[in-house]
Amino acid sequence: MSSRFALKDHFRESRLVNERLIVAALIAGLLFIVVMVRLAVLQVVEHEHFNSLSNQNRVDITPLPPQRGLIYDRNGVILAENIPTFSLELTPENVPDIDDTLNDLAELFSMTADEVLEIKGRIKRQRGFRQFVFRQRLTEKEVAVFSVNRHRFPGVDVVGRLIRHYPQGALFAHTVGYVGRINERDQKRIDAKNYKGTQQIGKTGVERYYEDLLHGQVGYQQVETNVQGRIVRELQNEPSISGQDLFLHIDVNLQRVAAEALGDFNGAVVAIEPRTGGVLAMVSKPDFDPNLFVSGISTKNYSVLRDSIDRPLFDRTLRGHYPPGSTLKPFVALAGLELDIVDEHTESFCPGWFTLPGQEHRYRCWKSHGHGKVDLKKAISQSCDVYFYDLANTMGIDRLHGFLDIFGFGHRTGVDVPSESRGLSPSSEWKRTRRNQAWYPGETVISGIGQGFNQTTPIQLAHATAILAMRGVNISPHVARASRKNSDSELQLISTEHADALPMENSQNWEAVIDSMVEVVHGKRGTARHIGIGLPFKMAGKTGTAQVFGIKQDEKYDAETLAKKLHDHALFTAFAPADKPEIVIAVVVENGGGGSRTAAPMARKIIDQYFGITADE
Amino acid sequence: MSNLLLDRSNPQRWSITRALRKIHIDAVLLLGLLSLLSAGLIILYSAGDQSTALMIRQLTRMGAAFFVLLLLSNIHPDRMRDSSYWLYGAGLVLLVGVLVFGHEGKGAQRWLDLGFFRFQPSELMKLAVPLLVATYLAERPLSPSVWRLIVALIMIIVPSLLIAKQPDLGTSLLIASSGLIVIFLSGISWRIIFSFITVCTAALPVLWYVMHDYQRQRVLTFLNPESDPLGAGYHIIQSKIAIGSGGLFGRGWLEGTQSQLAFLPERSTDFIFAVIAEEFGLLGVGLLLLLYLFIAARGLYIAGQAQTSFARLLAGSISMTFLVYVFVNVGMVTGLLPVVGVPLPLVSYGGTSMVTLLAGFGILMSIHTHRRMMSP
Repeated sequence: MSSRFALKDHFRESRLVNERLIVAALIAGLLFIVVMVRLAVLQVVEHEHFNSLSNQNRVDITPLPPQRGLIYDRNGVILAENIPTFSLELTPENVPDIDDTLNDLAELFSMTADEVLEIKGRIKRQRGFRQFVFRQRLTEKEVAVFSVNRHRFPGVDVVGRLIRHYPQGALFAHTVGYVGRINERDQKRIDAKNYKGTQQIGKTGVERYYEDLLHGQVGYQQVETNVQGRIVRELQNEPSISGQDLFLHIDVNLQRVAAEALGDFNGAVVAIEPRTGGVLAMVSKPDFDPNLFVSGISTKNYSVLRDSIDRPLFDRTLRGHYPPGSTLKPFVALAGLELDIVDEHTESFCPGWFTLPGQEHRYRCWKSHGHGKVDLKKAISQSCDVYFYDLANTMGIDRLHGFLDIFGFGHRTGVDVPSESRGLSPSSEWKRTRRNQAWYPGETVISGIGQGFNQTTPIQLAHATAILAMRGVNISPHVARASRKNSDSELQLISTEHADALPMENSQNWEAVIDSMVEVVHGKRGTARHIGIGLPFKMAGKTGTAQVFGIKQDEKYDAETLAKKLHDHALFTAFAPADKPEIVIAVVVENGGGGSRTAAPMARKIIDQYFGITADE
Repeated sequence: MSNLLLDRSNPQRWSITRALRKIHIDAVLLLGLLSLLSAGLIILYSAGDQSTALMIRQLTRMGAAFFVLLLLSNIHPDRMRDSSYWLYGAGLVLLVGVLVFGHEGKGAQRWLDLGFFRFQPSELMKLAVPLLVATYLAERPLSPSVWRLIVALIMIIVPSLLIAKQPDLGTSLLIASSGLIVIFLSGISWRIIFSFITVCTAALPVLWYVMHDYQRQRVLTFLNPESDPLGAGYHIIQSKIAIGSGGLFGRGWLEGTQSQLAFLPERSTDFIFAVIAEEFGLLGVGLLLLLYLFIAARGLYIAGQAQTSFARLLAGSISMTFLVYVFVNVGMVTGLLPVVGVPLPLVSYGGTSMVTLLAGFGILMSIHTHRRMMSP
């Protein structure tokens, strides 16, 4: 090959390479132009677009959840407070591998596989960018353990939060209620915007009823963030407005005494200040620790509460349906007086039973050998059933129903605690429309002593008794007395609805009935005479015993042989002092036996506490 | 001397030039490089969250890189030509070594841990490949025969494939292009060039097949970055926002929100160009690109002034490869090219590429300053 030996032609070669260098330089220039055009498109033509994208990129609006209002009793004792805690929260979106992270966290906090599974399920049900509370109320040690391992858990953080705490524990489980995690049902009843950043919402009791007041107004913080969402700088801060503090009528000491008085019985106590309608005590037993619900109750704890046959979650004061029994008698008597069916001196004869004309069936008096001649005072103080069988029968169910209606039987009292139930005050129309059945005269007879279809709630009983005590002034019971915007501002009274005095033709009728009720406590043969000893004032009361279990004709009620669940309910309603009432009490003791023996002494304990009466007096 | 006239007009400046030339430093190129490096430091201060530690490390690297530059500029181009086969051979051995013993970083095996420092053999290849190809092609009269062309191509492809296998597609392509530029400059006919481009286009599907998943992902994301805004497309979306929001004059130094608030990933390394664009605007990046063009132009001038074909080819390749670096990086950051992981030369934070680049300029200076003076 000739080229092998060809001499290098430097001149030709350098011209060749230089030509190519020029071409290369031209290509470089071309590339420069292409890049500059591209940059001009991005930076000039589309500048506005990218500029707005850039601004959105860095500005983040963080909600500042308001601090929930505190709840105090009438003496300023705190019933619901906020305590600072650390919780472990994760933002699923920022967690690279949820399953791994959860498993590792579970190991760190030695949790069971079931708990992890439950949490996984909950995370799946919520949206990824929402913070998820993995674990609340971390101990200092847990915080330390996590902090050391934090690098292993991107998207997981220890967050300081205020959480609700109920220092009185179970005592106000039903009345004050509790807050809990916001669930889907809650989402529908709230303004989602105002609850951004809020973790908890009132679920029951006052916490729920006054949710709007207690929650407050969310604030916003406009911040510059980096890509990890960490706040670099604050741009704007609109502070949240804390929820209002709530002051209740409730007296924590009275509540405690009432709860203690009930002892191990299931039942309910409601005490009302009749002048204001303020609820002084409201106890439903059994109860539970509301603090369990605040941080999300475990399935296990919840099923224990839910499945207990004693139904601790059930608020008996508002939803417990009990036959009023003899506690209804003062109202029936008042109806008799008002409708001119009887007067104070009208007498009935009690042989121990009552029969409707032309019928065999004997409606028995509790006193099997009878009360003999009975007037109104004796009928109430000794709780003669026959007198009221007779009266009710003469009156008829619909007139009785109409009269009980104005005392609120069969209606919600309007107390400021949610999910109150109506109870039932029967009428012939009710039975026709609801049951599609005719009304029988025998049903009227037993309605006269508060049995049969009659169902009242303890709050209803207390409310009706309060109307009686106030001689016809109807004030809806209220738990909350006042609210306060912040510790510097003045209390604002929460308005109560004052109804006009009930229309009553003869005001003497009130006194006739109330005198009879005083006789129950202070009379020689009053059914609650044993609780009247040592009282510095007159107290009016009425015992009641509500049948749970129907006794056949010719059978006697024998507490010994009946299972406890079938024992009668013991009831007692009272107010004191009788002439100028300051407190009204309704006590219902489930399966407590007789109202005189079980319920009345409980009421006395509450009276003693309220008026500061010591046992020796 | 030949430039007496110039000496008289500005004796001070030209004596500095002469002094520099004595230690084989080209003053013009040095001026360009120092300007670029200074600009780079200012930008890095902003992109690196004003970390002085970062600045000190970068300055240390610059010092080391200048030492290498000075070293190479004082070696006669002929000695480089003599050692090109050895260098290339050593580079190949190291590349194989990396694949066998390599140290993994970011899912790719690129590093060779030599105990006292970690070394990327692919950086050595960036110089060894054009050096060898230029040596080989200049052994015979230009333009090269078909046979020589094929051998040269093999010299290019073998290390490129080894590096692509690490996998480091960006470096692999840069090394291939540095070799191909030598071939282009050696005067092969345009017919061969165009048929080569056609074959390459046809080879694209094959390339797709051998690519790693993460590389394919990058290509797919490049074609439609919006499809995965928080994953693979995140880089390019954030980078475009940064560049676009810079506008004509930029948000000002240290004022770029995309960069300062860490929305922009890899902002001190591969994506530093977006920081410049955000903070200094179109004007700033325009000036920066002109500075790059100036340096490359001086390189091409040196190539044109070179006295041997070997020196011409090598100087031309080094200058053009430098520009290819710039355009690949800028193309990537502006969304014109796939994200292949190429730093912005002499500005991005990072050690090895700085040393390699300045070593390349050392070679250019050596070529320029070792010319035998011939009177015009």
